[in-house]
Amino acid sequence: MTLKNWRELRPGGVIAEPGNSTAVETGSWGVTQPLVDFGVCVHCMICWIYCPDSCFLVREGRLVGVDYDHCKGCGICAVECPKKCIVMREGARDLVLGS
Amino acid sequence: MALVTRHSRLVKEVRGTPVALDGATLVAYAMRQVRPDVVAAYPITPQTVITEAFSEFVANGEVETEFIQTESEHAALSACIGASAAGGRVQTATSGPGLALMWEVMYVASGNRLPIVMHLCARALSAPLNILCDHSDVMGIRDAGWVILLAETAQEAYDNAIQAVRIAEHPEVMLPVASVMDGFITTHGVERSEVLPDEAVAEFVGTYRAPYSILDVAHPVTVGPLDFHDFYFEHKRQQIEAMERAREVVCQVAEEYGTLTGRCYGAVEPYRMEDAEVATLVIGSVAGTLRTVVDDLRRQGIRAGMVKLRCFRPFPGRELAALLGGVGVVGILDRSISPGGAGHPLFTEVSSALCQRGCAPRMRSFVYGLGGRTPAPAQFRQAYGDLLADRQLGAEASAPVYLGLRE
Ligand code: SF4
Ligand code: SF4
Repeated sequence: MTLKNWRELRPGGVIAEPGNSTAVETGSWGVTQPLVDFGVCVHCMICWIYCPDSCFLVREGRLVGVDYDHCKGCGICAVECPKKCIVMREGARDLVLGS
Repeated sequence: MALVTRHSRLVKEVRGTPVALDGATLVAYAMRQVRPDVVAAYPITPQTVITEAFSEFVANGEVETEFIQTESEHAALSACIGASAAGGRVQTATSGPGLALMWEVMYVASGNRLPIVMHLCARALSAPLNILCDHSDVMGIRDAGWVILLAETAQEAYDNAIQAVRIAEHPEVMLPVASVMDGFITTHGVERSEVLPDEAVAEFVGTYRAPYSILDVAHPVTVGPLDFHDFYFEHKRQQIEAMERAREVVCQVAEEYGTLTGRCYGAVEPYRMEDAEVATLVIGSVAGTLRTVVDDLRRQGIRAGMVKLRCFRPFPGRELAALLGGVGVVGILDRSISPGGAGHPLFTEVSSALCQRGCAPRMRSFVYGLGGRTPAPAQFRQAYGDLLADRQLGAEASAPVYLGLRE
């Protein structure tokens, strides 16, 4: 991606295009990522509520996966999951998405 | 035709409304007239008069500003940043240690390109504990990306307070402005000044149209996002450019203001410099004292002159080179120090600006008035004497002279 030069950028770093975070990967610096055991998950959406980066992917009311491009690996989801079916693992991303 | 009549009436009214007020109250009066949406401040000597007078205007319903008395200066400027990002016209006021407490947030205001106006009552920094005037606080923000205007008199503080709004909010600038007056000397000294009618000020400053508002849910924006190695540099480069554009805007706004009031300002103000062979450069309230000293010297047949700097950021290097480049010997008068530096703050700026333009006259550094030490005319007569001696002896750049210090 070619980054804009100083003449092209909006002054002060203001972001006026809402939702532009989808265009930028912010999850590359995490050490561990969540691995969800869907055999145990009850789709209560507690993880979806707690995740500070809105990384839980939901389809038709069911948890279907994790957005690893934006997960920063904080581990909040693993702590909050009432079924303890989320574990934080190094390489979870590659395990799920394939390396 | 109607416009012309109205304008002439205004000019007449402008020149015909004298007031006897201290500089701080006069600046509060200007704040009422520019009608900020939000003022957030914390009272601190000698700025307190501004906060008190302005909060009285608010309490009396004379201005519809949301006045926030915060728990600290750090909080005051932070509140200003939020209010400015919400699209408001926003002001604050502070002094010495209060400004020091704002230091972190000064860069947040300028980096986010928020056109906040601060009325700064110059005060020494402790320790030893001191509440009186010098320019240590002002020089501490010289690299913070704020436009810095300095007033000599209460009238200038009032005039700068009004012009500051136009400079800050100019679409080509969008930078915060510090409008400085000398603590106690200007803030508390009662002077004869002239005030504009409310509607003339309202018309001059106009309405601020912010480029965005964080409260506009229909057009959401993010202000102050993380800006790493990949973007920070570019945004800083933009700030430098905005400050460069401010050069012209400061003069344009002053010209327009001069048409309205008859009081004309530039970035610098020369006094008897046409044929000067010895000159000083000063900022702030001391300029009046220097004028009387220059007049005395002129009566003795010495071709003395003086230049007052009104705009410290952006620094008018080109104008100073034109004024001082051909003068035999120049004294730079600092009211603050930079221990261990290449020179004291103003001296370093001026010598650098002149050297870069290849026109460095013989220069000497003088420090006066630290912590409110009275700048008496005799000190400056001594300064001119030293400069003339330097010139005659052909002495090389010598150590700074500390005027009025017990040696
Ligand atoms: S909190 Fe646990 S059980 Fe609930 S949806 Fe998330 S992963 Fe499934
Ligand atoms: S580790 Fe943190 S960021 Fe990643 S999915 Fe869990 S809560 Fe969200």
